[in-house]
Amino acid sequence: MSIIEVKNLTKKFGDFTAVNDVSFTVEKGEIFAFLGPNGAGKTTTIKMLTTLLEPTAGEVKINNFNLKDDRDNVRHSFGIVFQDPSLDDELTAYENMDFHAVLYGHSKADRGPRIEELLKLVDLWDRRKDLVKNFSGGMKRRLEIARALIHTPKIIFLDEPTVGLDPQTRNHIWSYVVNLSKKEGVTVFLTTHYMEEADKMADRVVVIDHGKILATGSPTELKANTNTSSLEEAFLKLTGSAIRADEASSLDNLRSAAKMWGRRK
Amino acid sequence: MKRAHSTICVQPPKCGGGESKNKNMNTIYILWLRQLKKYIRSTPRIIGSLGQPLLFLLVFGFGFSSIFERAGGGSYIQFLVPGIVAMAVVFTAIFGGIELIWDRQFGFLKETMVAPVSRFSIMLGRSIGGATVAVIQGIAILIISFLVGFKMANPLMIFPALIFMFLIAFFFTALGTAIASKLFDMQAFPIIMNFLVMPLFFLSGSIFPLDTAPRALQIIGKFDPLTYGIDGLRYSLIGVSHFSPYFDFLILAGFSLVVLFLGKYLFEKMEA
Repeated sequence: MSIIEVKNLTKKFGDFTAVNDVSFTVEKGEIFAFLGPNGAGKTTTIKMLTTLLEPTAGEVKINNFNLKDDRDNVRHSFGIVFQDPSLDDELTAYENMDFHAVLYGHSKADRGPRIEELLKLVDLWDRRKDLVKNFSGGMKRRLEIARALIHTPKIIFLDEPTVGLDPQTRNHIWSYVVNLSKKEGVTVFLTTHYMEEADKMADRVVVIDHGKILATGSPTELKANTNTSSLEEAFLKLTGSAIRADEASSLDNLRSAAKMWGRRK
Repeated sequence: MKRAHSTICVQPPKCGGGESKNKNMNTIYILWLRQLKKYIRSTPRIIGSLGQPLLFLLVFGFGFSSIFERAGGGSYIQFLVPGIVAMAVVFTAIFGGIELIWDRQFGFLKETMVAPVSRFSIMLGRSIGGATVAVIQGIAILIISFLVGFKMANPLMIFPALIFMFLIAFFFTALGTAIASKLFDMQAFPIIMNFLVMPLFFLSGSIFPLDTAPRALQIIGKFDPLTYGIDGLRYSLIGVSHFSPYFDFLILAGFSLVVLFLGKYLFEKMEA
């Protein structure tokens, strides 16, 4: 049974088509990897699937709810770890969790035990009273994963969850993910630039570039079809080896502006 | 379907639709609480935003007091304090609204935007939280004014004064939120301060009486929502006002509703 159904999904920003008539399905319980070079349309697709961006055209069903008419049910169905951090630095780990739990409608009685369970799962229970701004990148990521699971979503979106982390933390994070998928049957929708991770983790892979899907299949199938020995080679063969323009980020500018205003370090 | 999570509410109808009113209240509450916690934890911010109104109070208050009295205006400190209290409220409030830009840039906004709650309740919670913080700043200035010799005409009038402070605060937080929904860069903050907030503040009769000002200033002042806030605050604190306090209240509440719904429209259309 498909838990995500995407039909002819398109997103245009002015003249630029970021996602161009994309269709795919994700099966319940599988680990699904969405791969592509920078600017391929991965994050735009995730933003549309998670109600952050309005699609220009196309139809999406998440957990059998229509994205257009059933927003709140769709939003209850997934948890997400964004590409960029999305925690409130000036709240503690526990407060960040609690904030999420309240927004997702949990009563006071079941918030406590659920938050404790999840913070223990990601080894942050001892640090629950610390402000998030004192956390390392890896700790923030773990906290975000725990937070995304509070409302027991059927699907979890992980947009480059391991970028910039050391191998130990990456290993840790993937072991949580496998656990979730195998023990709890949560469907995992992930993007990553680390092909060996996708090769190891994913049941099925979609390669996207310039807003179009280039290939779909298990890592083994992709390797066989492209006559390559690793997913990285298969990926390069499919998408070409030209270097992509990195998306210019205004975040760095903003950081200095923030410093100017004396709000964050 | 196989998994049963006994403690967690997984049926959306149960968590969402049915108790939506309660849920909206909880959303508003948790966003309000967040604003308050962040404020209390940020000592530099508290001190920093008291600095400017204090400077105005002391320098203008003592500097102009003899001229003001010679001109027959009575005690200038008495006249000035409601304006300075409003200043503390306005500047904190607009900042509380504009802070939305930071939430967007540092990613936290996305977390609230994918949550199954109405965006209006998110905006309302933020605005009430920002307004509460601004009122606290106003109260702090008021307390300091007592130390430099300010006297209220009637101590019981503190309650209408708080209402006016909250309305001013709410208007400016909602205005800041509406602006921030359209703005993606904190660099524009000085522009907003210098071309919007400062003029609104100076044209409102906060530091000089509008009655005796040139006619052009008087007319412009009438279009400034803050004029009615200051007037109502002055009525509450020193028992003197230009308009009727009920009129002040209605105009200010009207302006607040307008920016609230403008903000609601922009906030709901915003893509994180």
